[in-house]
Amino acid sequence: MLSLNELYRGFRDPDVIKSLAKQIAITAAKYPGQINIMEVCGGHTHTIMKYGLNQLLPANIEFIHGPGCPVCIMPKERIDHAAALASLPDTILITLGDMIRVPGSNGNLAQYRASGCDIRPIYDPLDCLTIATDNPDKTVIFFAIGFETSTPMTAVLLEQAEKRNISNLLFHINHVLVPPAIDAVMADPNVKVNAFIGPAHVSVISGAKVYRSAVKTYNTPLVISGFEPVDVMESILMIAKQKVKAIALLENQYSRAVSEQGNLTAQALINKYMTIRPSFRWRGLGPIADSALMLRDEYRHRDAEQVYKEQLPNIEIDDHKACQCGDILRGLSKPKDCKVFGRGCTPETPLGSCMVSSEGACNAHFRYNGVTE
Amino acid sequence: MSHLKANKTVQLSHGGGGKEMNRLIKDIFFKAFDNPILRSEEDAARLHLSGYTAFTTDSFTVAPLFFAGGDIGKLAIAGTVNDLAMMGAEPQFLSSSFIIEEGFAIDDLKVIVTSMANELKRSGARIVCGDTKVVPRGCADGLFINTSGVGRILNNEISVKNLQDGDAIIVSRDIGRHGAAILMAREGLALESDLTSDCASLWPIVEQLIAANIEIHAMRDATRGGLSAVLNEWASASDVGIEVNESAIPVSSEVSGLCELYGFEPFDLANEGTFILAVPQTSVMATLEIMKTFCHCEQASLIGHVNQIKPGKVILNTPWGSRRFLDVPQGELLPRIC
Repeated sequence: MLSLNELYRGFRDPDVIKSLAKQIAITAAKYPGQINIMEVCGGHTHTIMKYGLNQLLPANIEFIHGPGCPVCIMPKERIDHAAALASLPDTILITLGDMIRVPGSNGNLAQYRASGCDIRPIYDPLDCLTIATDNPDKTVIFFAIGFETSTPMTAVLLEQAEKRNISNLLFHINHVLVPPAIDAVMADPNVKVNAFIGPAHVSVISGAKVYRSAVKTYNTPLVISGFEPVDVMESILMIAKQKVKAIALLENQYSRAVSEQGNLTAQALINKYMTIRPSFRWRGLGPIADSALMLRDEYRHRDAEQVYKEQLPNIEIDDHKACQCGDILRGLSKPKDCKVFGRGCTPETPLGSCMVSSEGACNAHFRYNGVTE
Repeated sequence: MSHLKANKTVQLSHGGGGKEMNRLIKDIFFKAFDNPILRSEEDAARLHLSGYTAFTTDSFTVAPLFFAGGDIGKLAIAGTVNDLAMMGAEPQFLSSSFIIEEGFAIDDLKVIVTSMANELKRSGARIVCGDTKVVPRGCADGLFINTSGVGRILNNEISVKNLQDGDAIIVSRDIGRHGAAILMAREGLALESDLTSDCASLWPIVEQLIAANIEIHAMRDATRGGLSAVLNEWASASDVGIEVNESAIPVSSEVSGLCELYGFEPFDLANEGTFILAVPQTSVMATLEIMKTFCHCEQASLIGHVNQIKPGKVILNTPWGSRRFLDVPQGELLPRIC
């Protein structure tokens, strides 16, 4: 039987990584300027920092860590929604992984759980079906987060709940979209990004097509990349080659999983249950038009934001004044430039979005960086 | 015995101090842990200790109670025995306290007590006192066990503050098995694998290392927080830097596969029968030679060394030449693993 590590071994081969590093250095030397690559997705930020790939690159290639971490970009008022829902009587709030320790304006969900709320972290959203069936006298609310990658799971869950008539399962939708975030970053005239590494799993769902307009509008290379170290190094080489030739193309390094059209079945399913939200406030970036999803009107009976409209707080809460996440996400500042980085703001007590999850730029720097300094 | 057969679950009356409790203690605990000190049934065990003595305590709340490679009973003995062994102390006398939820199956209790008795044989330690409480349904999750232990210290030099520049860092076997086994046994993670916990008493091997006069500077079992936690504790307690090479750290393909699926690091996962040693470079060969004669230490490996480059920090060298800090794990990795 093929084991998992046989699957990824080739993508972490030290010789291949070293040889790619060498080719990148040779290619980048032919480019006179600075190549500032934004890896949009938090998964890539994690790969780069965890495997120390930034240490293998020449001085004229730098990473600007993008806004693609669904936990990091969640504004405090949405966490407050989760807390308010979890505090309702006879309610079970269900969410994914890291979300449990992201602070809202009055503590994180782990603290609410400790004070008696029934809050359950899960790996598989479909577990909500069992929890809802096992607790018919409770309202089960799935606090749904994530980019295009995890949205189909929520749609499948909703479809199953409808089909099986499980009426006590509700949704609080926080699904966000990558392309509007790219636009938000590039809207700043001072932005330093001049190349993109495109998301891996997001692109499996949405297809390469969703980045065509960004590549054209900003005349910037975008290479869709897998999450393994060899994938990222190869993508950097592809970007460097484009820069040397002074071209800006959409290229697909992750062709073993990403097609031009993406997963049409998943897209249809999402479209059936969800529609574009006019605006969503991103932690660090502020409100971005058409950047998130919400349930369609036909399913408002399952939409916790509608059902509990009266009980949910609607005050927008900004990050700490000293927090520079907005500038860090645009590449205008580095985590180390921030006055509170590593002092007032640490992974245990994050003041801003980028410190919150292991995929956030500041968190990754805090955990992994500084060895070579 | 007939009484227990009739009552297949533990009742509140079993903790009441009366007849039922006496039967439970005699039929199950005394039978399994039998020794003269326990049998004397005094209010406290009378012990004869001499020289430096190590004393430790640990409570066990693992969920589920039974997992691949062990159960809460085996864990409760190995955990306390290992705390003593890691101080270079021969485990001698243990206490064991049971907090049992009303309705707990007597058969399960017997299995757990039997595995405690079996694990005691590996180190020669004896349970000399104990306590049993039964709490109403819902006030505990099945069964909690506390064990405390004392042991005679045979090597007084071992300390977290004793790491020295140039020391070699050795790990006894492949890491992360216990955390991974518990993760797999948890409800909701429907995975099939041959993976078992590393849960084991470490005194037999430590005894051999001490007998061979190996100069051990520091020794610790990598329980909660895994390898990362031990190395970071050492680096900061001894104010030294520690560098380890990723490719030298043994990890089974099951554990690395599970880590891939769930986004964990093998370095952060708990172990219950895996320990880390700091010894002078000159003792590496002799240490590994002894360790490899024990079946669970066949993979014992030299994984790094101590230096003064970044005192207080642990650095992981990747196989392709980059370096990063190996930080202590944060947040709620997996609750109730021991």
